Amino acid sequence: MITQKHIAWAVGLTALLLLPLLIRLMFPDTDRYYLHLVIQILIWAFIYTGWSMMGRFGLTSLGHGAFTGIGAYVTVLLWNFAGITPWIGIPVAMLVATLAGLLVGYPCFRMRITGHYFALLTLAFTEFVRLCIIGLRDWTGGSLGTQPTRYGDGLSFYAVQFEPNRVLAYYIVLAVWLIGLMIWVKVDRSMDRYALDAASQDEDAAASVGINVTREKLKITAVSSAMCAFGGAIYGQYQMYIGPETIAGLGVSLNIVFAVIAGGIWSLMGPTFGAVFTQVLAEGLRVGLRGSETLSKLLGQSALALDTFIYGLLLVLFIIYMPKGVIGTLAERFRQK
Amino acid sequence: MFGFFSSLDCSLDIFFVEALLNGVLLAGLLALLALGLNLVFGVIDVVWICYAELVMIGMYAIFFFVQTVGLPLPLAFLLAIGLVAIAGLLLHYLVIRPVLDQPPINQLLVTGGLLFLLQAAATMAFGIEFRNLGLRLGSMNIGDMSFSWSRIITFAVAIAAVVALWQFLTRTYIGTAIRAISQDRQIMPLMGVDQKKVYLATSAIGGGLAGLAACLMVLQYDIYPQIGLQFGPLTFMICVLGGLGNMVGGFVAAFIIAQFITIGGSCVATEWGYAVAFLFFMLVIFVRPQGLFGAKS
Amino acid sequence: MLDLKGVDAGYGAFQALFGISMRVNAGEAVAVIGANGAGKTTLMRVISGMLPASSGTMTMEGSDLRTTPPHKVVELGIAHVPESRRLFPRLSVEDNLRLGAYIPSARAHFAERLDYVYGLFPRLKERRGQFAGTMSGGEQQMCAIARALMSKPKLVLLDEPSMGLAPVIVQQVFDLVRRIRTEGYTVLIVEQNVSQVLKVADRAYLLEVGRIVQSGSSAELAASDEIRKAYMGI
Repeated sequence: MITQKHIAWAVGLTALLLLPLLIRLMFPDTDRYYLHLVIQILIWAFIYTGWSMMGRFGLTSLGHGAFTGIGAYVTVLLWNFAGITPWIGIPVAMLVATLAGLLVGYPCFRMRITGHYFALLTLAFTEFVRLCIIGLRDWTGGSLGTQPTRYGDGLSFYAVQFEPNRVLAYYIVLAVWLIGLMIWVKVDRSMDRYALDAASQDEDAAASVGINVTREKLKITAVSSAMCAFGGAIYGQYQMYIGPETIAGLGVSLNIVFAVIAGGIWSLMGPTFGAVFTQVLAEGLRVGLRGSETLSKLLGQSALALDTFIYGLLLVLFIIYMPKGVIGTLAERFRQK
Repeated sequence: MFGFFSSLDCSLDIFFVEALLNGVLLAGLLALLALGLNLVFGVIDVVWICYAELVMIGMYAIFFFVQTVGLPLPLAFLLAIGLVAIAGLLLHYLVIRPVLDQPPINQLLVTGGLLFLLQAAATMAFGIEFRNLGLRLGSMNIGDMSFSWSRIITFAVAIAAVVALWQFLTRTYIGTAIRAISQDRQIMPLMGVDQKKVYLATSAIGGGLAGLAACLMVLQYDIYPQIGLQFGPLTFMICVLGGLGNMVGGFVAAFIIAQFITIGGSCVATEWGYAVAFLFFMLVIFVRPQGLFGAKS
Repeated sequence: MLDLKGVDAGYGAFQALFGISMRVNAGEAVAVIGANGAGKTTLMRVISGMLPASSGTMTMEGSDLRTTPPHKVVELGIAHVPESRRLFPRLSVEDNLRLGAYIPSARAHFAERLDYVYGLFPRLKERRGQFAGTMSGGEQQMCAIARALMSKPKLVLLDEPSMGLAPVIVQQVFDLVRRIRTEGYTVLIVEQNVSQVLKVADRAYLLEVGRIVQSGSSAELAASDEIRKAYMGI
């Protein structure tokens, strides 16, 4: 059966496949910039989707900034100091992140740490990883960050470096993003989800009908942390720069959670929509505000932070007035009509 | 492989004792920071993720009053405490009150949005440069050990503030209501207590404590927009370690964490002191999720 | 003193009270009896403002209760001793009593009222520094009533004071109720222990699934066959 949904997907996918061409046609001089924006959105959308695996089951982690950080740093450090190709480095990084996730998750789930405590505990984990990154400054470059050593002209299958060719980079991250969506759908359709839904509503009831709540939560945590580590690694390989504030730390964690909440935690495209929304907003504000001469004159140097200011303000307003996220709220309005 | 341990220099000497005592002094400040957050959490059941940013606003306010307006320091301190108290009040009234019925995570995040907003506002107003008041209070020497006066004063004032708050909470009607409210929210109206007023009063006191912390911090630290990120996570950690909302627990936890930081810092490097503190925190929470002194729920 | 006319109330879509009309005169002790889930506790919650009424009129000495915010109801002279006591378990007995005197008019006479309730309940004076949650059930009920008396109320609402207490203690609790009657307080009491409460009260209302189905003097109700069968197990 071909349904409307299938057609929508086919059209959407075709549009995404042709997107580089469209961008080239529409912005012949600045296509690299626009592609960069789209690539950023897709990478973050993948990471956000990974987070939402846990988030939608009430496991509001502020620890995913640690997983992205582990993904990026382990991959780059293995490459820079041991010459190990990211083809091995990335799986190792994912493994490390998964282990870390399980290590933090297991006691949390066993002891039923939820809500504020879970959020603050995972926040501590993020902070721990960030401090480790800064502390290992001989390798990581401390708070200044570091770069993966360029291999040849920076375009290499062996070194998984693809930054100079934006179109190639686009297709790579598009594939990554699609895989992320597929994982989401697979988890959504699996039994785990029902088990976890039951568990997040009432753990005792779920346990009494034979659901091993802890094991189900751990499975989700493993998938979620591995995805975020992978996303972090891809981010590093694409940006060719990683810093403790840009890919690890509380700021990253908060951004992840915000974007997903803004986009909508319940639906497949929610995290992606959140990525589009937050990235376009941040970038639009940055470019719009810094590009404007009147504003620059008016505010001088302070225009530097105006985008973050408005971003923060909008986040506050969103949570107050659209607690179900943009998609959720719009869908509700739509249904009411 | 463990290059960072090459600088490991830990022995039971005079420097160790110095670090230990400096840890005690640092604990006073951390206890004060945790106190405000715990108070707010205990009463309103909301975590102000942006608590340290309120402190940052207070520090900039003092800087502004002293450097730009030219006010004497004590007056600047008083104004800053008042200002941050009002900020706490507004934070509750404008931001927390509308989301009180939403899931806890939204309450957490809404103050997270405020964290970005306040940081950006500070950057816009004062730039990203490190600022300070250029105060030099000198230090006190005991034998080979040296303790800066700013730390000693901070410790004394922090302890005094803790005692004063405790007096307030036990001796006044509204203080008693503040201690009672987390035990049974629904029946507060039967006592004739207006919950909204208690929330506002608590927020103002929480803000005022952040303002006081700001006064003490300008004595020791440079002011920059991201200073909140240095102290915020630390403060949450102390609160959770002591049992969220448990003010006595937070006080003890501050002393434990401060020792990790100063001794770790003096033996290896500051980040490792912090990192070990966070590690210790996670280990404790795994064993006692309700915190060291939290009641079992 | 207290006057209800046609009061409806409920939780969301579920209506729990239907057209309740009743009055309590100054100096009386009035009981509301009925089975579990008849709406007795809901009625108490509506009177003290914890649950808004959806229609009808409700006045306390002429003041409209429906437009009074919940925390102002105490100031009209109504003190509510809630079901299962609801003390603040991790506050001392004296702090619990202090909260009972939270309203401005009571604060002014705090020391005086404290002496008064300690006089009534000397046991509480012995336990003044103890956490309220560490006392026995009977002592806690004593403390809950004392807390209500701290505001110097005219009308005391007692919601199931005997619930969850051992039979020996139940007798003590009804003695307590008699005691506060003789102190001159008007009492509105909700109870499942019908035979006991009818001995204490002057009049009673019988509540069945949210409606008042019978009312009269305690003696009349105690003599009614239906009530004897359904509620007193005779």
